[in-house]
Amino acid sequence: MKGPIIVVDDISKSYPIYGHLIGSMKEFLFHARSSLKSFKKSSFEALRDVSFEVARGEAVGIIGRNGAGKSTLLGLIAGVLRPTRGRVIVNARVSPLLELGGGFHPDLTGKENILLSGVLLGMTKNEVKAKMQKIIEFSELGDFIEQPIRTYSSGMLARLGFSIVAHLDPELLLIDEVLAVGDKNFQKKCIDKIREFRRNGVTIILVSHSMPDVEKLCDKVVWIEDRSIKFMGKPAEVIERYLKFEE
Amino acid sequence: MFFNRQKISHYIDLVVILTQKEMKVRYKNSILGYLWSILHPLAFALIFFVVFKIIMRIGMKNYSLFLIAGLFPWQWFSTSLNASATAFIGNASLVKKMNFPRNVIPLALVAQDMIHFVLAIPVIVLFMAIYGKHPYLSWLYGLPMLLFIQFLLTYGASLVVASANVFFRDIERLVTIFTMLLFYCTPIIYPETMVPQRYRDLINLNPLTPLMLSWRELFIKGSINPSAIALSFLYTAIIYGIGYWVYKRLYWKFAEVL
Repeated sequence: MKGPIIVVDDISKSYPIYGHLIGSMKEFLFHARSSLKSFKKSSFEALRDVSFEVARGEAVGIIGRNGAGKSTLLGLIAGVLRPTRGRVIVNARVSPLLELGGGFHPDLTGKENILLSGVLLGMTKNEVKAKMQKIIEFSELGDFIEQPIRTYSSGMLARLGFSIVAHLDPELLLIDEVLAVGDKNFQKKCIDKIREFRRNGVTIILVSHSMPDVEKLCDKVVWIEDRSIKFMGKPAEVIERYLKFEE
Repeated sequence: MFFNRQKISHYIDLVVILTQKEMKVRYKNSILGYLWSILHPLAFALIFFVVFKIIMRIGMKNYSLFLIAGLFPWQWFSTSLNASATAFIGNASLVKKMNFPRNVIPLALVAQDMIHFVLAIPVIVLFMAIYGKHPYLSWLYGLPMLLFIQFLLTYGASLVVASANVFFRDIERLVTIFTMLLFYCTPIIYPETMVPQRYRDLINLNPLTPLMLSWRELFIKGSINPSAIALSFLYTAIIYGIGYWVYKRLYWKFAEVL
């Protein structure tokens, strides 16, 4: 396939504020008129007029302050959210990873969670089973893999989560703030794995607050500030401006 | 074509894996495990037996078998419907973070309760044996047919409840009350012939009536009443249609709201 793998075409995203609605049908019924009115009116804009393209095999970093709209953007690309205006076109099998450990159940063992999470992430049962041994080895969890994951530390959970994703064989990988967890050794392992993905032509979207990671891993950086793109370009350049702006 | 086949096989894997998860998780820390899905309706049967047979002295032969033949399928319906209220809310992290067809969550819930029901059928056979009855040949096609109808009906209703409850959490409470009301409006603990003539037509307005009657007929007599089946299939089609429509309209908002 030719052409860009992701086209984000002039999108805006507003969230209606459901505060009046959720949790109380009574409110809604007894104040139907005002509820409906405020329901229509009150919305919160998370992104405005955002456009960019991602080429196949490119690694793009998304940076910006908390609440700037980074996660919303990732959610839109993953197809979990729909834009209010504009279009998002993704020409790939997305392996949505908005957060490590999504889909884990605390009462199941590490092994059972690998199967569960792997299938939720788009693999078939047999594919996960075939990769089981590799995933367990990569996670370095040893005998803990047979224990319910509620007994895991947060570092161990992140290790398990990343190990599954590392064996997904995706075309497009979305990574949200995951490199900050685990010890130095495992972090290095993660970064090596992401580099390996890049060598194999996997497109990567990385949301991170760690500028060194973004600079190391990405070809292009999109800086989101106050709902729109503030600046976009080569990592070194964008990061320099961003850090200056932050000061 | 190949892509589609892979999609379908992945969808099946999703349902299987989520059903297995639910089965593992539900009774994970309880000693009696899945036996609870038999003990629960049996306890109800005992209560109704004491109240209606021993105290109120309802003049019916084989009343305990009569009760069980209706209570077991009902248990499936009511457990699924009540559990479906939290299907999306309880799996918020999945819904928010991953892009998979969300309807597999309620689907897996209903499938799980169906498996529990099927596993409880031997108990019904046991009770029949006590009364000197044997399983009927008609079960071979009757059981799959009714399983299919009830599965679709329960799934449709669950889709409505699960989707709506994301927006109005009160639905959860309403469903509990509603299922209880519906239970007493369905001829399960009493035969439909005991309903006064002028209300007789009304009970058929209850979508669960023809289905529950069909189960009981099939279990106790081995017979199938085509008009009851047709009616329950009609209800099922309507409820499934509504469920699917509600879900289609709302599903993409789940991640925003949760």
